[in-house]
Amino acid sequence: MSTAANESPRARGKAPAGERVADWADGRLGIYSLAKSNMRKIFPDHWSFMLGEVCMYSFIIIILTGVYLTLFFHPSMNEVVYHGSYVPLQGQLMSEAFNSTLHISFDVRGGLLMRQIHHWAALIFLAGMFVHMMRVFFTGAFRKPREINWLFGFLLFVLGMFTGFTGYSLPDDLLSGTGVRFMEGAILSVPIVGTYLSMFLFGGEFPGHDFVARFYSIHILLLPGIMLGLMVGHLILVFYHKHTQFAGPGKTEKNVVGMPLLPVYMAKAGGFFFLVFGVIAFIAAVAQINPIWAMGPYRPDQVSTGAQPDWYMGFSEGLIRFMPGWEINIWGHTLVLGVFIPLVIFPLVLVAIAVYPFIESWVTGDKSEHHILDRPRNAPTRTGLGVAWMTLYLTLLVGGGNDLWATHFHLSINAVTYFVRIFFFVGPVIAFLVTKRICLGLQRRDREKVLHGRETGIIKRLPHGEFIEVHEPLSQEQLHTLTAHHQYEPAEIGPVVDENGVRRKVGTSEKLRAKLSSAYYGEDNQIPKPTVDEYKEITSGHGHH
Amino acid sequence: MSSQDIPEENLPAEQEHAHGAVSVADEENPFADPGLPPHEHRIQDIDERAAKRSERVVALLFTVSMLATVAFIASYLAIPHDKSIFVFPIGHLSALNFALGVTLAVALFCIGAGAVHWARTLMSDVEVADDRHAIEASPEVRAKVMADFRQGAAESGLGRRKLIRNTMFGAMAMVPLSGVFLLGGLGPAPKDKLRHTMWAKGKRLVNMNTNQPLRPEDVAVGSLTFAKPDGLEETSEDFQNEIAKAALMIVRLQPDNIKDKRELDWSHQGIVAFSKICTHVGCPISLYEQQTHHVLCPCHQSTFDLSDGARVIFGPAGHALPQLRIGVDSDGYLEALGDFEEPVGPAFWERG
Amino acid sequence: MKKLSARRRHPLAAVVVLLLALAATGGLYAAFAPAGKAQADETSQSLTITEGKKLYEVGCASCHGTGGQGSSDGPSLVGVGAAAVDFQVGTGRMPAATMQGAQVPRKKVVYNQTQIDQLAAYIASLGAGPSVPTKDQYGPDGADIAKGGELFRTNCAQCHNFTGKGGALTQGKFAPSLEGVAPKHIYEAMQTGPQNMPSFPDTTMSSKNKKDIIAYLNAVNGDKTENPGGLELGGLGPVSEGLFAWIFGLGALIVVAVWVAARTAKAKKS
Repeated sequence: MSTAANESPRARGKAPAGERVADWADGRLGIYSLAKSNMRKIFPDHWSFMLGEVCMYSFIIIILTGVYLTLFFHPSMNEVVYHGSYVPLQGQLMSEAFNSTLHISFDVRGGLLMRQIHHWAALIFLAGMFVHMMRVFFTGAFRKPREINWLFGFLLFVLGMFTGFTGYSLPDDLLSGTGVRFMEGAILSVPIVGTYLSMFLFGGEFPGHDFVARFYSIHILLLPGIMLGLMVGHLILVFYHKHTQFAGPGKTEKNVVGMPLLPVYMAKAGGFFFLVFGVIAFIAAVAQINPIWAMGPYRPDQVSTGAQPDWYMGFSEGLIRFMPGWEINIWGHTLVLGVFIPLVIFPLVLVAIAVYPFIESWVTGDKSEHHILDRPRNAPTRTGLGVAWMTLYLTLLVGGGNDLWATHFHLSINAVTYFVRIFFFVGPVIAFLVTKRICLGLQRRDREKVLHGRETGIIKRLPHGEFIEVHEPLSQEQLHTLTAHHQYEPAEIGPVVDENGVRRKVGTSEKLRAKLSSAYYGEDNQIPKPTVDEYKEITSGHGHH
Repeated sequence: MSSQDIPEENLPAEQEHAHGAVSVADEENPFADPGLPPHEHRIQDIDERAAKRSERVVALLFTVSMLATVAFIASYLAIPHDKSIFVFPIGHLSALNFALGVTLAVALFCIGAGAVHWARTLMSDVEVADDRHAIEASPEVRAKVMADFRQGAAESGLGRRKLIRNTMFGAMAMVPLSGVFLLGGLGPAPKDKLRHTMWAKGKRLVNMNTNQPLRPEDVAVGSLTFAKPDGLEETSEDFQNEIAKAALMIVRLQPDNIKDKRELDWSHQGIVAFSKICTHVGCPISLYEQQTHHVLCPCHQSTFDLSDGARVIFGPAGHALPQLRIGVDSDGYLEALGDFEEPVGPAFWERG
Repeated sequence: MKKLSARRRHPLAAVVVLLLALAATGGLYAAFAPAGKAQADETSQSLTITEGKKLYEVGCASCHGTGGQGSSDGPSLVGVGAAAVDFQVGTGRMPAATMQGAQVPRKKVVYNQTQIDQLAAYIASLGAGPSVPTKDQYGPDGADIAKGGELFRTNCAQCHNFTGKGGALTQGKFAPSLEGVAPKHIYEAMQTGPQNMPSFPDTTMSSKNKKDIIAYLNAVNGDKTENPGGLELGGLGPVSEGLFAWIFGLGALIVVAVWVAARTAKAKKS
């Protein structure tokens, strides 16, 4: 039918069927011009460039298994009596949501596997996004022209957290219900509108009869829909910008070196999808996740110790746990600082990392495109800030599980909490200073290596008895790789008097920028990379020590 | 590093010899980019037998995947859903879940492993460089776009006809308000819902365990009991909403141990009734330590001293647990002498 | 631990049944038998108490006082009942040796069951308190597991976790795991409220309630409990799941990614 519609005499009856179909499609979709630039698109090889694929594939796995789960799940809070096959809950009153989740877990063949793949993939999806984001951060891949894609990725991470949270709440079990209760309490703490927001979200008082149905449409439609759009945009931009690459021989800012999409990356990336799916399916086969039957149905007057959210919400749990109980009552109103401050810091922690690329580009004033990645050591201040942020995040994660730290390491829960309170402020500072020192040390070592060669570990005795270590000079490839990075000069506050002799006003933002710039690129904040002259002077002399 | 990794000629003496004529090609700039290194052949590229071996491995992996899918289908059809097996070191687990998961994992993983092995050993591994092109448009294109835009804007007259512009912005700004108002149906106004619970004067305290009204003599020192208001049954339509506010924690202290005067006044022979709902964010708090009289919240570790008006002694909670004033009715049962005097649960703006 | 308790369970039950039988016959004798025989039985009872008193004086009196009146090192034992003694000594918590850490943990049992019964009899003679429960009370017959689950979540899970894995309390104290604890000891703990645990006396938590709870615990945290999904990961919830996802999930995927992206071996390097 399609070929009959094709008027081109060239195609009729002569070309193979596949070509004819492609011709047909090209006449309507213009696929050839699309394929021209993309079919042999080059992708560089590096394991860390595949972290994003881990995320994309686990997202697809989540969608596949999620659709399956919706076929059996009833998003309703009507109370029913359980008559399924799990004995310890038979006769128990529970919501239909919980009942249908038990049904999926015990009575639908393969239902438990789908639930476990769905949940494990969600945890891995968020872990993957976190690591992917850190990879992009520490290699400076967020620089121009990729700032917007960095924001897309960041939004995917944040939306992923909330999609995860709403999904975790759907079975209406005692653990997730406790999490929802916490959310309700946090919303109530919002000044002026808190009670209204809470009533609107829950359709009245907590827990009401509505939140599972509402979370359901948010979890399966609203948020994943936005995420799918963002992910497609993210991918289009990756294709459009072409992938970044590490410095090395033959690699420049003007090219990208690697293997073509067809066939190598088609096979590698396509195969990687099956590998990711296979690994997650295996985990779901051997490790149990979220056994809601052991937790029982939600009741607002019941609770279990060790009540925690899934890991990606753990840092917000840490924030709320270490906060002192501040509460201010004035003029007949209550300002619940003990809850509201964590609620405000929560987005700030995330926004801090999201806006970093813009701060850095303002400090450097660099307007050029960057496609060669930084080694973390060559950007000591950025690396230090990134590690400081991670330290903050990890401290909060520890705080979010303070009770388990206490029981498993025989500590006092109060001591753990006090530690988190202090380390929240001190930890990032220490981490920053230590990381920066380490980076500078590594830079110095690179410099030594370039100028004096690689230490071979071979000790040689000279004729006059002196012992020296043999240094092996580096190849040009290595020399190039180690000196390819760009080093910024600290920004100066330009001349304060212009060419007409008029004094210019120096703004505070300009002063701040100069200060930050010298903190980034000033004398003690980066090790000057060796110059050609230095190298020649040393190598033309008597060599290596 | 094993010894065969370093061939004889690369050992130090020879290296010393090679020094001076290092592989730095560009004398002018030793740091210059030497360009892509020449392609090196893989074993499979030069040895047809190795290539055949790779081919067989790939085909084997794909075959294993097919077999695993058959096994998956067989497991799906054959294994009863309630069969439990013991697998070391995992323990007792569902045979169906384990069989389906492992076969699915093998079926998927082998496809992936086959494809990747194929790509790595048999497809070309020649590295190719692709040029990048500037993303920014050329000045000519930029000028053309700007001119087009200005022309279009001028033709629309948006800048000139202020009346149209302003009313259009007004209309666009207002129309989303309809959506905002539609959301108003999501819930009722809070009014004083958070201020009241089911407790009222004369309501008996019913034991959650036995569903019987409590007598003072039932409650021993050092024991912990949970109570709900008389008339609230699990099957009630609004049980969840009511118990979320009315849940009660009852302990008995020696009256001499009660430090807070009001607490003592509101107790009955040392029996005190506190809200079970944490004042932080509403977890049911009931980790009662009978020797210290402290009660800990399992969610965020707020700690309250039940012998001292349930004031906060640790953690993020902002105020004491509300106490319910109790007494004994004419039949000798514990009863509430009124509702809580303050809202139970998490604090909120209107709480005051 | 499990083996220990399993081994302990049977002889224990036998002794309890024996004691019961003794008590029952004793009671009958006291009512109907001629005075002389009752005298003899009373003698055997007082013999047990005497033996218990001897053991007490050697092993317990230094902290709890010579007459069980208590001291600064240990609480008074008057009125705690035989159940408390059977629990504390039967789980190895007593003798506590030195008071180290925030609370006295479960450890190796020092006395055999006969000695424990003698100690219990002596302490029970100091003042009335809960007696050691019978198998009828804590056995699985006639228990409602689902009701037990609901009771467990209302009364116990807040400290001991959903399925009795234990949890943290204030200042380094903790609610222990209930895994492998004999049903009798769980019953006694509920009845007597050892250390900081509150008690759940029969007046507020009936004997049937306790039976249900024990049956529930056996169903969800017993030797034969099935975890349909696979590894239980400690049964601690999202923290251990998160760690597992990071280490084994993402970890495995990174290993795979390294393989996918790595260069294939070149012909030159043999």
